Amino acid sequence: MANHSTSEFKSGLKVMLDGDPCSIVENEFIKPGKGQAFNRVKLRNLKTGRVWERTFKSGDRLEGADVVEKDMDYLYNDGTHWHFMDPVSYEQYQADEKAVGDAGQWLKEQDSCIVTLWNDAPLVVTAPNFVALEVSDTDPGLKGDTAQGGTKPAKLSTGAVVKVPLFLNIGDVVRVDTRSGEYQNRVKS
Amino acid sequence: MAEAWLPTASNAALRKRAELYRAIREFFQVRDVLEVETPSIGRHGVTDPHIASLAVAGHGWLQTSPEFAMKRLLAAGSACIFQICKAFRDGETGALHNPEFTLLEWYRVGFDEQRLMDEVQQLLGLLLPGSVTRRCTYGDLFQQQLGINPHLASHADLQQLVGRQIDTASPCEDKDQCLELLFSHRLQPGLNGLTFIHDYPASQAALARLARDANGTTIARRFECFVDGVELANGYYELTDADEYLRRGEADNARRATYGLPAMTTDSRFVRAMQQGLPDCAGVALGLDRVLMLLLDASSIEEVLSFAEGRE
Repeated sequence: MANHSTSEFKSGLKVMLDGDPCSIVENEFIKPGKGQAFNRVKLRNLKTGRVWERTFKSGDRLEGADVVEKDMDYLYNDGTHWHFMDPVSYEQYQADEKAVGDAGQWLKEQDSCIVTLWNDAPLVVTAPNFVALEVSDTDPGLKGDTAQGGTKPAKLSTGAVVKVPLFLNIGDVVRVDTRSGEYQNRVKS
Repeated sequence: MAEAWLPTASNAALRKRAELYRAIREFFQVRDVLEVETPSIGRHGVTDPHIASLAVAGHGWLQTSPEFAMKRLLAAGSACIFQICKAFRDGETGALHNPEFTLLEWYRVGFDEQRLMDEVQQLLGLLLPGSVTRRCTYGDLFQQQLGINPHLASHADLQQLVGRQIDTASPCEDKDQCLELLFSHRLQPGLNGLTFIHDYPASQAALARLARDANGTTIARRFECFVDGVELANGYYELTDADEYLRRGEADNARRATYGLPAMTTDSRFVRAMQQGLPDCAGVALGLDRVLMLLLDASSIEEVLSFAEGRE
């Protein structure tokens, strides 16, 4: 991979830091009028999601990380691994529990999601921001109660549990924001 | 994304700059300080290890400050002078930096750095009203905030403190790098209001005179001025000894060599002027783009430049 100097540390650049692939979040140039120039850099560790701050002397270099984000179709789960396919190359990838993480609860077969590959292996799976999933289990709906504020837990077809309005029934399809885990609206019943 | 031909500054920022220049010119006119101009391209760059001059093929170097030329005017009998001009420093790009920027630089014959600090305070009081002012020595600031004497501490002690305070990619090459890291990362952000830091380490004297402070420590009669953590000005009770200037130039070049940087020549005409006699004086350079940033509450220098780097 290419080497990058501090002046090339733009937001989103993928670099290796302490053996882990990271994404540059912020790069602040600090230069006392008469003194050494530094770059105070915020990096997100792509394995752990943690944001870290490190100071480099201007001109220091980091090795680039072979990280690419690809839109992929989720195929199926074989019990230990989640399988994805690149719809352009038809190449298939398998991701483990660690890479899938919380995204797993939102993945419906054939849905599209973003798979971050590090050295051509799935590192992180990101669910689409919004998913439409069927309610597989919830208390019976209260007729006519479409405006009141009350909520109840509902289990969705992928296993996720979200709070939904009281009027919803098993079989309804709901739209959920996967970033907050919040119910948005009913798609159809 | 704005179109590339458009300025990076708003009309309000352009107007503010014109107002600022008017106020500065009036300030100096009343005080009988003469406005001058000096060349942007000089025969020599600077030896400072951390300032990169931009070469102009066939001519010399874009000036990183008008310091040498203005001191030649002083030696030739100009008396007190000021200048608003562009200065150029390679590789300096960021929220507070642009490779081409505007300095206000002035020299007061018969002043020392304390008297010049008073004048900087008067000017900034006028330009940025309402700032609470404080003065503190470099040594006291380190002692109070970090519990260490920056003049006497060893490189190893300072490196250890850096290690506890800041996550750095590589250790510091010398004491001054440790001090600069600690200052810029841990001390400077807390300098609220208008703060003057003076009595710098002798190793960071640049072109300031050395002296002994009340504790018998050798310090540089240099000051810097900060407003809300932003470095605005750098001033000296000026060195007038040509031999000492040449020694510092050699020391700068030795440091440049350890950093793998090319040596820079010392300015022979400036040396000759010093030998002829630079009057006893104090001088200061103040970054006007940053003053405008403070006036307009701008988060990036490009908001106050007509065409910032990338839009030129």
